[in-house]
Amino acid sequence: MTTTTAAQAAYVVAALMFILSLAGLSQHRTSRSGIVSGIAGMVIALAATIALASRSISATGLVLIVVATAVGAGIGLWRARVVEMTGMPELIAVMHSLVGLAAALVGWNGYLDVEAGSHAGQEITGSLLRIHHAEVFIGVFIGAVTFTGSIVAYLKLSARIKSRPLVLPGKHALNLGALTAFVVLTAVFVARPHMGLLIAVTVIALALGAHLVASIGGGDMPVVVSMLNSYSGWAAAASGFLLANDLLIVTGALVGSSGAYLSYIMCKAMNRSFLSVIAGGFGAPAAASDDTDHGEHREISAEETAGLLRDASSVIITPGYGMAVAQAQYPVAELARTLRERGIEVRFGIHPVAGRLPGHMNVLLAEANVPYDIVLEMDEINDDFASTSVVLVIGANDTVNPSAAEDPTSPIAGMPVLHVWESAHVVVFKRSMAPGYAGVQNPLFFRENSQMLFGDAKQRVEDILRGLDATDAPARAMAGTAR
Amino acid sequence: MVPPEPESQRIGIAAESTAGETRVAATPATVAALVALGYHVVVEPGAGESSRFSDAAYEEAGARIGDPWPAEIVLKVNAPSNEEIGRLKDGATLIALIGPALHPELVEELARRPITVLAMDAVPRISRAQSLDVLSSMANIAGYRAVVEAAHAFGRFFTGQVTAAGKVPPAKVLVAGAGVAGLAAIGAARSLGAVVRATDPRPEVAEQVRSLGGEFLAVQTGQQASSDGYAKATSDDYNRLAAQLYAEQAADVDIIITTALIPGRPAPKLITAEDVARMKPGSVIVDMAAAQGGNVAGTVADKAIVTDNDVTIIGYTDLPGRLPAQASQLYGTNLVNLMKLLTPGKDGHLVLDLDDVVQRSMTVVRDGEKTWPPPPVQVSAAPTPTAAPEPANLFDVPAKSPRSARSGYALVGAAACALFLVTAFSPPQLIAHLTVFVLAIVIGFYVIGQVHHALHTPLMSVTNAISGIVVVGALLQIGQASTAVTVLSFAAILLASVNIFGGFAVTRRMLAMFSKG
Repeated sequence: MTTTTAAQAAYVVAALMFILSLAGLSQHRTSRSGIVSGIAGMVIALAATIALASRSISATGLVLIVVATAVGAGIGLWRARVVEMTGMPELIAVMHSLVGLAAALVGWNGYLDVEAGSHAGQEITGSLLRIHHAEVFIGVFIGAVTFTGSIVAYLKLSARIKSRPLVLPGKHALNLGALTAFVVLTAVFVARPHMGLLIAVTVIALALGAHLVASIGGGDMPVVVSMLNSYSGWAAAASGFLLANDLLIVTGALVGSSGAYLSYIMCKAMNRSFLSVIAGGFGAPAAASDDTDHGEHREISAEETAGLLRDASSVIITPGYGMAVAQAQYPVAELARTLRERGIEVRFGIHPVAGRLPGHMNVLLAEANVPYDIVLEMDEINDDFASTSVVLVIGANDTVNPSAAEDPTSPIAGMPVLHVWESAHVVVFKRSMAPGYAGVQNPLFFRENSQMLFGDAKQRVEDILRGLDATDAPARAMAGTAR
Repeated sequence: MVPPEPESQRIGIAAESTAGETRVAATPATVAALVALGYHVVVEPGAGESSRFSDAAYEEAGARIGDPWPAEIVLKVNAPSNEEIGRLKDGATLIALIGPALHPELVEELARRPITVLAMDAVPRISRAQSLDVLSSMANIAGYRAVVEAAHAFGRFFTGQVTAAGKVPPAKVLVAGAGVAGLAAIGAARSLGAVVRATDPRPEVAEQVRSLGGEFLAVQTGQQASSDGYAKATSDDYNRLAAQLYAEQAADVDIIITTALIPGRPAPKLITAEDVARMKPGSVIVDMAAAQGGNVAGTVADKAIVTDNDVTIIGYTDLPGRLPAQASQLYGTNLVNLMKLLTPGKDGHLVLDLDDVVQRSMTVVRDGEKTWPPPPVQVSAAPTPTAAPEPANLFDVPAKSPRSARSGYALVGAAACALFLVTAFSPPQLIAHLTVFVLAIVIGFYVIGQVHHALHTPLMSVTNAISGIVVVGALLQIGQASTAVTVLSFAAILLASVNIFGGFAVTRRMLAMFSKG
């Protein structure tokens, strides 16, 4: 056994650990053991790599490794501790950008190491050298696209830039042009490597990543984030090819395919093809259906809602991004708890694209201590709305729009939605009558069984809680005198 | 209660003339519901006596006590006698259990009068008509009562016990036919603690049997699923194998309850005389199909007999009537639901709509004209093997048409070719990496395919942490060559470390929050 074979063996073990980790993460029961195997795999891989590297590098190199890791770990742990659960999408987007940037840097290093000739060690010749050229180029490209794409996604998610899709003239041509340029430059670079070409492709990739995500609107963010997750995996895999390292290839491919699968789930939930999401511009055809007269919406007060809930036998709460914006998850959880104590069946119905991140709502509700077995997915709960007394729609709009199921001319026709309108009463929490992200008017608001509760979701839910308490007080007082 | 308007129609509740019948077509509760539909209700004196409903209770519910036969609508449990048919007024509507398929002569007799007759036992088995399905509601009671009769005749415990005086084994019960009655019997026998097994030619009922705690004994043939909710006559092949099964079970079990009925046909013989002879002394058979000739050799309708080897065969045909109050209540409710369907205006006026498949199926005689048999109804009581189109959407969704098989093959073929070419022109080292790469992608898809929707975010953050593995690349490059490489590597290690540590830490934090109620 040499150090090299020991390291290879460690890589195989680490790769298996990562597979176990992802498998574990697919169920609640096994999720905690999943993360343990992930950490174990990472420790094994890093230990093996450092052992491998320490044979040939200087003491300075080792010190640099320790410093870089310590600083990185410090930042990472700090961010992980302080991040708000409502801010998870931003954190995830930033992390994607870091992987992308790291992969791009590794690609550049590969070039400096081999092509620029500064490497003193083993020689790479012939077809292998040409493949190395291609690997450098592809690795840098994917890494750079991921980097700027994630940065723009982060800026959109944290509302530092407008989340409306950027519509440049000829945007499809721009994207296609960038891709064509990439292919051509790769061919040239493989034939005659030159630093200018690598700089050119880096710039093109940075611009492409930024433009790609800038032209996708805020409501498609779940797809974008999982797509970037996938890209960051492919970037890691490209680095693996560059360094002939199977562990990187395996890990990158795992992450890449899992991200792609998540994107697929999200796209299916919106009844849209992956390409049409990437092409962006969903908000555009909105205004057409706004002219139709939907009738009058009716308002309801928090006290009346409390009365409605008191007499209900079963309640379903369907949260959306608005709940995250209003930070209303704690009062909502409190409401669910109060109602459950009164023997009312309370469940949550989550649309797959609710929020700005796959599974965003689940995390927010978990943060507020809502047991996960009453948080159900759209497919699990959609048949139950008809037998439900009250549905509370909190900060969701397009995901509960009946026109998706009933109006074939609607821009969101065919998108699977939560069938809230089948229940006896629907209370919609909303700031105003403005349409949702898709720009489509929601006929739900004008249904006979729907009532609007305007205002800040958090405050309104707190009002309802007070309303429930208030009605309790006299009842308790009376029970007291009776005794 | 608002008194019905004078022009409202009358509903007559006739006392049952059939010997031994304990049920009645309306209870005080259902009378109130009929009055609410706008009808005058006339109850024959003493009609509810054997169900323990007094005339006073009916009067309190809004009925009048009197002669029911001049009423426009007459409700009964059993089919009327010829004398009763004669007492119906012209143009009257009679609703009762007629059994039109088994008693064609009765239908002829009814059609001689200018009346309309609806058979409560001809309700089609469709979801909408479930609330009218008297066969189901009676079968449910009968199944329960069959177990009670069996327990009564069986001289032992149903449940197994370990006592200071020794061990008592649980009784073993075989239920033949897992329809409504069979399922009720399974549930009742299970509740008493017996070991319950059940057979049925329809493999789709296995799940229902198990849900009640019974064991499903399948007869291993290619019997097809039922398309109308009732068992069909079975093939010879099936019968041979089933006979074998019954022979084996007869020697083993203590109690057999048979419920096999085929609509409009004599009951199939399931248990032969040899099977009965094989049973242990003291065993009990309840033949719920006794009225249609019985599933068991030696059954005598309406009697409990004891064979030479001390096996009791119970052939009571009035099992539902042995729980008269509840049987009447359920039958009466079935009638109320029918009257709701027939009284669209809730104004005390019966309107028969023969375009409605439920009403058409039940109508045996229409104004003196025979309308039996009705056109067949294909129903959805059982999942049909050909998957029904999902009525999930109200219109044709403009979704992508499913990719045809051919273009699917073309796509896979093209991908395979491309992969082949790339690999074939690669040097050996690259081929090894490509193999690993391709397999890892496939593993990734399968591993993620089962992920729970609530864990999408933790999954993403852990994949984030894992993709920090790109640090390995930077670790191998740092300090090896030029300063530029080292600087870039340093940055890459720093960035990837943020990911690794931050990713795992935030995932742990999130998972710790998920809790089960």
